[in-house]
Amino acid sequence: MTTGRRHLDLAAFGARLSGENAPEYWRALEELAEDPSLHEVLREELARESAATGEGVDRRDFLRLMGASVAMGGLAACTPPAETIVPWVDAPEQLVPGRPLFYASAMELDGVGAGVLVESHMGRPTKIEGNPDHPGSLGATDHFAQASILSLYDPERSGTVRYTGDVSTWAAFVSALQATLQTLRGSGGEGLRVLTEGMSSPTAGSQMREILQRYPAAAWHTWQPVTRDSVLEGSRLAFGRPLQTVRHFGGADVVLALDSDFLAREPGFVRYTRDFMDRRRVRAGAATMNRLYVAESMPTPTGTMADHRVAIPAGEIETLARAIAGEIGVGTRVDAGARSAWAEAVARDLRAHPGRSIVLAGENQPPAVHAIVHAINAALGNAGRTVHYIEPVEANPVNQGESMRRLATDMRAGRVRALLILGGNPAFTAPADLEFARAMDFVPFRVHLGTYYDETSARSHWHVPATHFLEAWSDTRACDGTVSIVQPLIRPLYNGASVHEILAALNEDIRTGHEIVRDFWRERARTGADFDATWNRWLHDGVIPDSALPPVSAPASGAIPAAAPRGAAGIEVVLRPDPMIHDGRFANNSWLQELPKPVTKLTWDNAALMSPATASVLKVANGDVIEIEAGGRTVQAPVWSVPAHADDSITLDYGYGALRTGEVGRGTGTDVYPFRTLAGGDIVRGVTVRKTGRRVRLATVQMHHELAWELADGAGARRNIVRSGTLDRYRENPEFLRVPGLEIKGGPSLYPEWPYETYAWGMVIDTNVCTGCGICTIACQAENSIPVVGKEQVLVGREMHWIRTDHYYKGDPNDPDIGMYNVPIPCMHCENAPCEPVCPVEATSHSDEGINEMTYNRCVGTRYCANNCPYKVRRFNFLSYADFETESYKAMRNPDVTVRSRGVMEKCTYCIQRINEHRIEAEKDGRRIRDGEFTTACAQACPTRAIRFGDLNDSDSDVARLRAEPLNYGMLTELNTQPRTSYLGALKNPNPELARRAAPASSTEPAE
Amino acid sequence: MDPRDPRLPHPQANQPGPQTGRLERAPTIGPGHSFGSITDKISTIVLTRKTSGGWFIGFGIAFAMMMMMLYAIGWLLIKGVGIWGNNNPVGWAFDIINFVWWIGIGHAGTLISAILLLLRQSWRTSINRFAEAMTLFAVACAGLFPLLHVGRPWFAYWLLPYPNTMSLWPQFRSPLMWDVFAVATYATVSLLFWYIGLVPDFATLRDRAKSRPWKILYGFFSLGWRGSAKHWYRYESAYLLLAGLATPLVLSVHTIVSFDFATSVIPGWHTTFFPPYFVAGAIYAGFAMVLTLAIPVRKAFGLQDFITMRHLENMGKVMLTTGLIVGYAYVMEVFYSWYSGNIYEMYVMFNRAFGPYWWTYWLLIVCNIVAPQALWFKKVRTSPLILFVIAMFVNVGMWLERFVIIVVSLHRDFLPSSWGMYSPTRWDFMLFFGTIGLFLTLLFLFIRFLPMISIFEMRTLLPEAQVHED
Repeated sequence: MTTGRRHLDLAAFGARLSGENAPEYWRALEELAEDPSLHEVLREELARESAATGEGVDRRDFLRLMGASVAMGGLAACTPPAETIVPWVDAPEQLVPGRPLFYASAMELDGVGAGVLVESHMGRPTKIEGNPDHPGSLGATDHFAQASILSLYDPERSGTVRYTGDVSTWAAFVSALQATLQTLRGSGGEGLRVLTEGMSSPTAGSQMREILQRYPAAAWHTWQPVTRDSVLEGSRLAFGRPLQTVRHFGGADVVLALDSDFLAREPGFVRYTRDFMDRRRVRAGAATMNRLYVAESMPTPTGTMADHRVAIPAGEIETLARAIAGEIGVGTRVDAGARSAWAEAVARDLRAHPGRSIVLAGENQPPAVHAIVHAINAALGNAGRTVHYIEPVEANPVNQGESMRRLATDMRAGRVRALLILGGNPAFTAPADLEFARAMDFVPFRVHLGTYYDETSARSHWHVPATHFLEAWSDTRACDGTVSIVQPLIRPLYNGASVHEILAALNEDIRTGHEIVRDFWRERARTGADFDATWNRWLHDGVIPDSALPPVSAPASGAIPAAAPRGAAGIEVVLRPDPMIHDGRFANNSWLQELPKPVTKLTWDNAALMSPATASVLKVANGDVIEIEAGGRTVQAPVWSVPAHADDSITLDYGYGALRTGEVGRGTGTDVYPFRTLAGGDIVRGVTVRKTGRRVRLATVQMHHELAWELADGAGARRNIVRSGTLDRYRENPEFLRVPGLEIKGGPSLYPEWPYETYAWGMVIDTNVCTGCGICTIACQAENSIPVVGKEQVLVGREMHWIRTDHYYKGDPNDPDIGMYNVPIPCMHCENAPCEPVCPVEATSHSDEGINEMTYNRCVGTRYCANNCPYKVRRFNFLSYADFETESYKAMRNPDVTVRSRGVMEKCTYCIQRINEHRIEAEKDGRRIRDGEFTTACAQACPTRAIRFGDLNDSDSDVARLRAEPLNYGMLTELNTQPRTSYLGALKNPNPELARRAAPASSTEPAE
Repeated sequence: MDPRDPRLPHPQANQPGPQTGRLERAPTIGPGHSFGSITDKISTIVLTRKTSGGWFIGFGIAFAMMMMMLYAIGWLLIKGVGIWGNNNPVGWAFDIINFVWWIGIGHAGTLISAILLLLRQSWRTSINRFAEAMTLFAVACAGLFPLLHVGRPWFAYWLLPYPNTMSLWPQFRSPLMWDVFAVATYATVSLLFWYIGLVPDFATLRDRAKSRPWKILYGFFSLGWRGSAKHWYRYESAYLLLAGLATPLVLSVHTIVSFDFATSVIPGWHTTFFPPYFVAGAIYAGFAMVLTLAIPVRKAFGLQDFITMRHLENMGKVMLTTGLIVGYAYVMEVFYSWYSGNIYEMYVMFNRAFGPYWWTYWLLIVCNIVAPQALWFKKVRTSPLILFVIAMFVNVGMWLERFVIIVVSLHRDFLPSSWGMYSPTRWDFMLFFGTIGLFLTLLFLFIRFLPMISIFEMRTLLPEAQVHED
């Protein structure tokens, strides 16, 4: 090829795919991208051919050329682009082929930004890490950020502007928009409505305000399915205005979570989890722990960490909150019934820690509970110490439900002339009682900016593809208000537009997204002329320093709202966003679909989650589809019973069941949005349940439904897989979890021990701080290009994850305070690995640094190693799971990792590509790899820092010190495997008062 | 009788000889046979007798099943082992069950031929050829599975130690590696043993064949056998030598196959008594399969004179004995799991008997332990029909035994979080029944084109052939 090896222009092929004459099939990538080099080659070949013929054409040459013309004829249709194409003669600075670059950016979800570092290989973003400088991340990420890289390359993202479903252009859209605006201008924008998702972008906020200035009669509505209306209203009740709470778990000795999954779900959880867990790291010489009380209906990662947990229906949380408040002296005393002893004990413990405790309530809970929580925190003197309040980070902090109700009413009344829906899929997600999708038909001009061509797009005149956050400039605020600039890493793959660009079009602003954001901050930067340097520093750091919102002093009124009349008794339904696909926006993200949900370990589906007792009362088994009815609305969902779930309560995750989604999300789960109304809220009481007789198979990666083995065997405790105890026992004897004879040190051997002279890699996982969120799993998936296998394959037990989080219960399944433990299991890299000697072709072997290595090329796939692995961490490519076909995924994969073909065994490598990368660096400098210089993908993403990785030969390393901890233990060491991955035992810090009571109570209370 | 028959070592001994001490025992050959009648009876099945319609029907069915196997293999190569039911805890299932099952079946042939030859059990004569052929075909079926069960069968040759540019040897510590040698050796020795035993009969067929192509073909395989004393001398030495070689193999093959399990760490596999247990089980299964095949064949070809009731009864006795050894192993398995005090071992036994696959365990006990107890009765041992039914029980039981050992041990091992369930797919069944088709196809061809009973050895059973030097 005359032009040399050109880099793959993804944008070009994305454009080509989305173009009007997009080819359905293609032969070469160059052809797809209409690469001019291909034509050059062809021209050259053909020119040589015609030159050879000279003047006269003999018969043979004639026939030969004729044949060639037939063969090449198909190519004549392709023409090179009109623009001049400049080859990449001067490579961008810093870019070294083969070496990744990291850029700081931020990902916004539900109006809260999380700082990220994006790894980019030759201009292709491949992996997302947390930004250590960002207050909402501290170097870790949530699972959405990890998975967002897959969404970026999703070939099913919308790629073209469409008008009534037909392909159109951005220019056509802008002129149509201008024409519509022209008609509205006279009335000051009367009838112009903009519906955004919750967003915290200061730039977008300012753009919207400009629009509202220009069109004073227009209105800005906001709706995100995972709404925080009750948090906002609770704050309004307590403080008279909407405020946002910022918590400082570092100073909290006692934490009470009322149906709040603050360790794995709510905004800012990555930061909060870290702060919270820093108070639970029991190390030699630091035997202190905070104490966590949790009252919740569905067991969540937060619930698994609880020192004391009560499982009560979400609708009864309010009574419990009032009872605790009453004990503390807020409001009147209320009888909490069977829970009053618990409430009293918790209240006493809270009272004993004034200013050193935090009470918090979940987003699902009604405003009154939030108001009570604010009052309790004020009464305990926590406000200003462990919690403080800031103005909402959201650009438009309104009651979203109300906002939607007004919009829907106006739409139906014909008062809306033009509706711009910027992001989200309200036709699918809006409260069911608003019948939003039908109301859309009353609007004469409807625009939807969305990532997929979804339900809302189909009901809009114009659909504009939205950019991914890695494709467009923006800005966002963290949970404490700190601003990050959202830097794009790549040109839009599919021709998208950002919110800023649409808003600019509304404003007749012709600036690019970059200029809009930059100009906005140029005005606000206090640096004046030197803005370029400041801007570059902001981009480099990923945060704007000192941009956190200042605390506002807000004395809580102290009064708490009177108890509302309780709803109908009976079974309640709790609606919550799906832990993995969220409100449905990640339905087409197969990594998230296949990531086992915490506790239930379900994949690819949502289900009606209920306690085994409720399931037996309803006479339903796992997989039975039930019909739930309340107020004339019905929803059908398969049953999944979850031990430790509250009785008489059914948890339904919304987000599933969209009809218009890509191939990945199609047909997964059940749409429960029709059950979610503004009037009913997220806790629906008094539902009726009916069996439909249908059955569905649900794919779980752990057989929790089969509790029979516990009866026979006595759970993980007897197998010493999970080791747990109490803080008090640890204080008496730090080594109390040691089991004699089960030390990691190996038994006698005929062979001398291998001396590890350079490095000895090892990992220690602290089960005491593991919430079981699964972020390690998805981080590993992204780093190591682990394929997804789909629901059918999960059903037969062939999921490919290299690190999984096992979930164990301890104790009586009917005990509400059942112990729950999370154990992440990567490869143990056993010193004496059972997998190694059984491989007949030596495809798995031990490195001189102690890593159990897998040589994919050599593997013939006998699966003997997997059989002989006592930890069952080996994963086999039973079929061709890796997607070798989809072009965009080729760009996504980590170039440092081999993509495995079918018939090959794979497993955790301790991210050996990272080790080697840093080894090369260290060797260049003539030094050893320093501790903390790098870590594995799972350890890096873990918000609680439960996973630590490093060199055991370096006695000062984090991991070597943890391995020497008295709580350190190895799993299945009786097999003399001598695992490299070891665990720290889990400790609970029970309230002595409750612990004393619990002992006799569990034996006398009849199991329900 | 053809006077030029080269296999007439003692043409003058055509008189009834003394039969001291032999009258009490049931005969291993029916009365009224002469050298000629034996030769005629066996060789006509191959040479002159019109191929029966039954043969065509049977062969047709077997051939169709074999085609199904090829189809299943084709799809397997296209898609991968994922078309089977194997999964994450259960990495081996039908593939290795079938392998061990077939290998076990392949034990009877060599045992009958070699060990009984060395022990001078003359009753082996009428069934050894047949059993050896069965062994070969069973080993061929068995050999398919290790080859096909790997994820990338096109690289299966990496298990062979051959010089290569990568300077890579196979891993000699792996029992799978030992399997390669054990099974390959066994297949080779069995083939040689069978073939050498066939050489004199090939010569008979060559001499009696009517058409030239058959004469050439049989002539080719008879290696120029003329029946000279030198030939007989060398034949006897070679045969005895091979019998000596094959005898330890009978014990070693299944011992090594059992190492696949015994050397692992999986509870239910990691057991020291697997080698004798597996060998006994293999002989048990092998005799059951010989009976399964011999009883119908004997009937179909009217060979009751050659495969007499004494044969059937003896085989029934061997089955009873090995069945009791296997039963002892089952009892010991339960005892050891309890006596070990090891919770994993104890749970494995509990799970076998009362876990989700409990029915396979109890069915196995019924098939392998309860049903063969009927063999204590002479009436049962001398009733071909009942023997056949019991043999079928044992065939099923031995398959289930491997299912229980392989699948039921794997599906719940150490960490309860990784426990899973296994269910076979139709491809598993197609391949399994397909190999039965392959086995039967080969068997039908063998019956049609080769003497299924050793002609010359049968003749030595005649009183005329008895030489008494005292």
